[in-house]
This record gives sequence, C-alpha cells and structure tokens, in this order.
Amino acid sequence: MHEMSLAGGILKLVDDAAARDPFARVQRLHLQAGALAGVEVRALRFALEAMAPGTRLEGAEIVIDEPPGQAWCLRCGQTVAIASRTDDCPRCGSHQLQPTGGTELKVVDLMVTD
Amino acid sequence: MCVVCGCSGAATADSPKDLLVDARTGDLHFGAGAARVSVPGMSPARAIQLEADVLGANNRIAAANRAHFQAHGVRAYNLVSSPGSGKTTLLCATIEALRRRAPGLPLAVIEGDQQTSHDADRIRATGAPAIQVNTGKGCHLDAPMVAEAFARLPIHGHAHGHLHGHPHDHDHDQGHAHDPGALLFIENVGNLVCPAMWDLGEAAKVAILSVTEGEDKPLKYPDLFAAARLMVIHKTDLLPHVDFDVARCIAYAQRVNPGVEVLLVSSRSGVGMDAWLDWLLQPAA
Repeated sequence: MHEMSLAGGILKLVDDAAARDPFARVQRLHLQAGALAGVEVRALRFALEAMAPGTRLEGAEIVIDEPPGQAWCLRCGQTVAIASRTDDCPRCGSHQLQPTGGTELKVVDLMVTD
Repeated sequence: MCVVCGCSGAATADSPKDLLVDARTGDLHFGAGAARVSVPGMSPARAIQLEADVLGANNRIAAANRAHFQAHGVRAYNLVSSPGSGKTTLLCATIEALRRRAPGLPLAVIEGDQQTSHDADRIRATGAPAIQVNTGKGCHLDAPMVAEAFARLPIHGHAHGHLHGHPHDHDHDQGHAHDPGALLFIENVGNLVCPAMWDLGEAAKVAILSVTEGEDKPLKYPDLFAAARLMVIHKTDLLPHVDFDVARCIAYAQRVNPGVEVLLVSSRSGVGMDAWLDWLLQPAA
C-alpha cells in the first residue's frame, strides 16, 4: 500500500506550494499517474481522501489523468503502445521494449482558494 | 567533516520529528508523526501550476545519498524480495564469505522491516555492523530513512577519518580506482511491490527470488523485476524437491527486463556464492 506514502508526498507538495504562495484550501487537485507508474489509481484516491481531513486537501475534487503506456521497440525501431510492462510489442511480438511514456507520477496543478 | 553532507557527528543535523532512536543499538523507528493541520478559508479560486514529480523529494535525497556513498567509497546494494526469500540468510552467508575473500573490506547492513530488530540482530551476530530501520506502518524504505541510518554506521565515520587525515586521497582510491572501498547492503522491507518505486541512492537493486516461490513472480510483479539490475535465484539446493522451472523464470524476468543479469545461489550449500561475490565486487563500469 505505497499509495499512502505517495499521498503523503502529494500533501507535502501542496504544503510546499502554500509556503511559497499562501492559500488555505485546495479546490481541485490535478494529478497524472501513468499506466506504467506502478500506482493503483483507486488506492491513491482512497489514500488522498483518507488523509485529507484537517489539511488543505479537505473537500478537494481529485482529478487523476492516466496517460497510456508507451515503449520504444528495439526491433521495430519505433514507439508502440503497451498497457503494462509484461506486454510484448503489438507489432512484432518482441519483448525488447524500453518504456518511454506513461511512467510519470506528478502533481500537474492546483485550483486553490485563500 | 564530510564533504558531501557537511555532517561531523553520528547523526544528521535535521532528523525528522517523527523519528525515535534506540539509544543502545541505534535502531530507527519511523512513523510517530502527527497529522498536519491547516486553517480553512473562503475566497475566489486561482490556479497554481506545479508539474512536480510526486517522488521528487525522495529522489533528491536519493541523489544526495548516492553522492555521499561515492564520496566515502561505499557501494550500496538495495536487496528487494518478498518475505521469506532468504535475504537475511543470504546476507549472513555473504558477510562470512566476504571475510575470507576480502578480509579488510568494511561492510555494513541497513535492515528494513515494519517491526522487530530480529534481522539486525542476526547480522550483528556475524560481527558486521547493522542498523535496523523499522518503518512502522510503512511498506518500504525511503531515501531519508537510509540517509539517517547511513550517518549512524561506522563505514560513514571510518571514511570521515580518512577525509580528516588525507583530504584528497582515500586509501581505497589507490591502485584500484573503481573497486568498492566498502559495501553497504540495504535489505528492504519484504515486499515485491512498493520498494520498486523508491530510489535509495543504491548502485543497483538486486531482486531475490527463492525456488520455493512461483517462477512466474517476475510477470506478477513486473515493476520490481524491471527495476533490478540482478536477479538472484536463491535456495537452489532445494531445486530437486520443488517444481520450480529455472529456465522459465529467467525467460519471464527477461520479458519484463531484457537486460537483467541472473545468478543461481544457495546460501546453505555455498553453490554460486563465488559468482555472487564476483558480481558484488566487480569494478564499476
């Protein structure tokens, strides 16, 4: 259940942002969790909601984009779409794939109120 | 004083407030913190662009750990596996074997578990220094925990001595520029999911899979096997008694990580131990 730690990291980013540019509440939290980021989005949402009471995230709408996985296929010499790290290349069947997209886990932006 | 972290004592200056330290053993207990509270308010909404990596704070400390290890000539390995793969048994056997192969090489272990100091006690029984890090509710070690623990280990203080006496010329840098001057083993919490995401500043992650487990674990837990540079297939002395298919296991691991290296090791019989030591002591690329 590392999503709890990740939710703590997100809360820290929010608090750090408030230290730079003070605000009281987050109205909308916008995240990106790629398909290959190793994050279970439902668990992350649950962890954030569990942690939110008493913090700047209390009552915030949580928007989580899930960019699809992408990989460079060494054999095809091009970028292909994959859903997980165990997938083979959908074009040639090779598993010589290097993930290139969908690995990100980040806070994109916040809608805040003072 | 250490040129990287600026520390001069046994611990870092800014230890987290939720950290309890065992005065006798130096073991660390995380997870005693209070929730942060803020005051709500009402006003028009505005947007703040962040584009911030959620693991950014951990990764910055991991990078500092990496530089710190390098400055002390320490090579760190992050051992990851499920509970019961034999990580601690492998470490105890490795420490004994390294004593014979490389008698002067300083060794240390950071032991991660949720609770108890059983594993650190087993390591200390071999004579090697160990710090137990209990994560409390946490399912993995993170870079700040490793920074705290490393600062309390003798391989940290030992190299400080070198820096005081010979600020530009570590003993271990003479002759074998890329051989490790000391080895630090970080035994992560037994868990095939979470430790994959947290960089601790290690030179490499080593995934350990015992033959009493399923050979398809690399497919079931791909993130962890994708993050490892080496997979150790452990407890190979039990192969005659189990249905574990070694070739299939290696094929599965290569499917999620085409470049992964593989070693077969039995701590009990010693078979494969020489190749494992060769791997640990190999000159840096």
